[in-house]
Amino acid sequence: MQLEQMYQQVIMDHYKHPHGKGLRDPFDVEVHHVNPTCGDEITLRVKLGGSGEAVAVEDVSFEGQGCSISQASASVMFDQVEGTSLTEALRANEEFSALMQSAVQDQELDEELLGDAIAFSGVAQYPARIKCALLAWMAFKDAASQALAKEQTS
Amino acid sequence: MSAQPLDVSRIKKDFPILQRTVRDGKRLVYLDSGATSQKPNAVLDAERHYYETSNAAAHRGAHQLAEESTLAYEAARAKVAAFVGAQPDEIIFTKNATESLNLIAYTFLNATTKAARGESLPDGAERFVLKPGDEIVVSEMEHHANLVPWQELCAKTGATLRWFGITEAGRLHAEEGISNLINERTKVVSLVHQSNILGTVNLLGLPFKRAREVGALCVVDACQSIPHMPVDVNNIYADQGADLVAWSGHKMLGPTGIGVLWGRREVLDSMPPFLSGGSMIETVTMQGTTFAKPPQRFEAGVPMMAQAVGLGAAVDYLNEIGMDRIAEHEHELTEYTLPRLSEIDGLTIVGPNTSADRGSTFSFVVDGIHPHDVGQVLDSHGVAVRVGHHCAWPTCQHFKIPATVRASMYLYNDFADVDALVDGVRDAQKFFGVS
Repeated sequence: MQLEQMYQQVIMDHYKHPHGKGLRDPFDVEVHHVNPTCGDEITLRVKLGGSGEAVAVEDVSFEGQGCSISQASASVMFDQVEGTSLTEALRANEEFSALMQSAVQDQELDEELLGDAIAFSGVAQYPARIKCALLAWMAFKDAASQALAKEQTS
Repeated sequence: MSAQPLDVSRIKKDFPILQRTVRDGKRLVYLDSGATSQKPNAVLDAERHYYETSNAAAHRGAHQLAEESTLAYEAARAKVAAFVGAQPDEIIFTKNATESLNLIAYTFLNATTKAARGESLPDGAERFVLKPGDEIVVSEMEHHANLVPWQELCAKTGATLRWFGITEAGRLHAEEGISNLINERTKVVSLVHQSNILGTVNLLGLPFKRAREVGALCVVDACQSIPHMPVDVNNIYADQGADLVAWSGHKMLGPTGIGVLWGRREVLDSMPPFLSGGSMIETVTMQGTTFAKPPQRFEAGVPMMAQAVGLGAAVDYLNEIGMDRIAEHEHELTEYTLPRLSEIDGLTIVGPNTSADRGSTFSFVVDGIHPHDVGQVLDSHGVAVRVGHHCAWPTCQHFKIPATVRASMYLYNDFADVDALVDGVRDAQKFFGVS
């Protein structure tokens, strides 16, 4: 396994020039997730719009600190969920989790849902780094489900 | 007089794992002994020999194997005791150093709870009874294992946790205000001997002298010192002995699953038990139980015989080489490593950058590259380091950094290993385009 397989160019580009970074208003829910083994952290905000079947991710914004993998992953996640329907965003999330488990199981992956995130297939070969890659996606899933629950009760 | 230098190439041959390669044929450069040390054949053989010849539950049964197992287990205790200048009945075997420290904290909790209910306690146990307003003192450079149990104890008893700060040079801020920090309300002063993240060797004389004046219990986390330097628990620094010292077996060439707690005899005698069950009792009826004397009082259940035997073999191996020579060797590694790391532009050592009173553990950060990424590039070179906060998160917070890269050395490391580290860091800078 060569280093370049993990640090693919597209990952390095997202790391050096992250998309969607910086916390923005308005938002429905803000969450703070940490990776307790290494201290990486992310604060992430979600703003949903529409209702019922048409609930969409109007904005997702984040701020955090961490390694290249966790920071690039947040940027890629932004590209895949911003402006899409919530259903689509959560499917992309599922797909990314599946990609991260691909070291142990062979799966058919939806490349369209994953976009640049497909470049993280090399990361899945390094068990210690999977949590880095998942940090932003798990934070989004948490924030989105809280935002949805909030909308449904209001 | 300088001790005879170590023949590291010969020592490396004693460790089977150091012969393997990693990441497509790279020589393994193991610089993570602060997390766990590797094991020499002597330890592996001793454990296997025990299982092949004498395995039985120690301190139970009257058959020959039970006798042999008990003798082997107690012989290991005697070796460990002699290694730190202690008596065998002052040595308690635990699961690991974390359990050793929890044992102390839970002794306080158990004494406090029983005292509140008027239950009987060993003579002298009053010093383990806490009340709101009592204080416990640690430092900002503690491993979580010597911090969280005390935080928890404070949360349960209403005692207050206080701590020594750290200077910018990574030393304990021990002089200023010490008589205020350690005062008549202080019940425990629990300090790390050598920091697992900074490498600092703390001069415990001053805080312990003050702790003695106010009658506080002196506790030492010696996980990173006892494997690396001669330590006499009765004279841990400048004639100041400790009351209780905790350390682990696996960081000193021994197996995992065994830790040690040394306690001054009269202190152990006054402590109520932590874990309860078999072996730690004197008499048991349906109405209640009385407890065995130390060390059995603190060793509930079938003990880890094989691990104790392995740890005994580790002690023999270290003694044969000599702890003074190991300390001298690591000091030479330190004198070589500090300038080699410092010559890398953009690298900052977190911890003392002078070799006095510091061990061969080096934390650092590299401008523009997260420690995880540095570690990944080093790994691709076969260099095994630890990255993260090293279970000393508050220390990282003090230095306003999220994490560090940590290279920690031992008797089987040499200058070539340091060179591999330096080359790897430079390669990481190249790979991430920051050099």
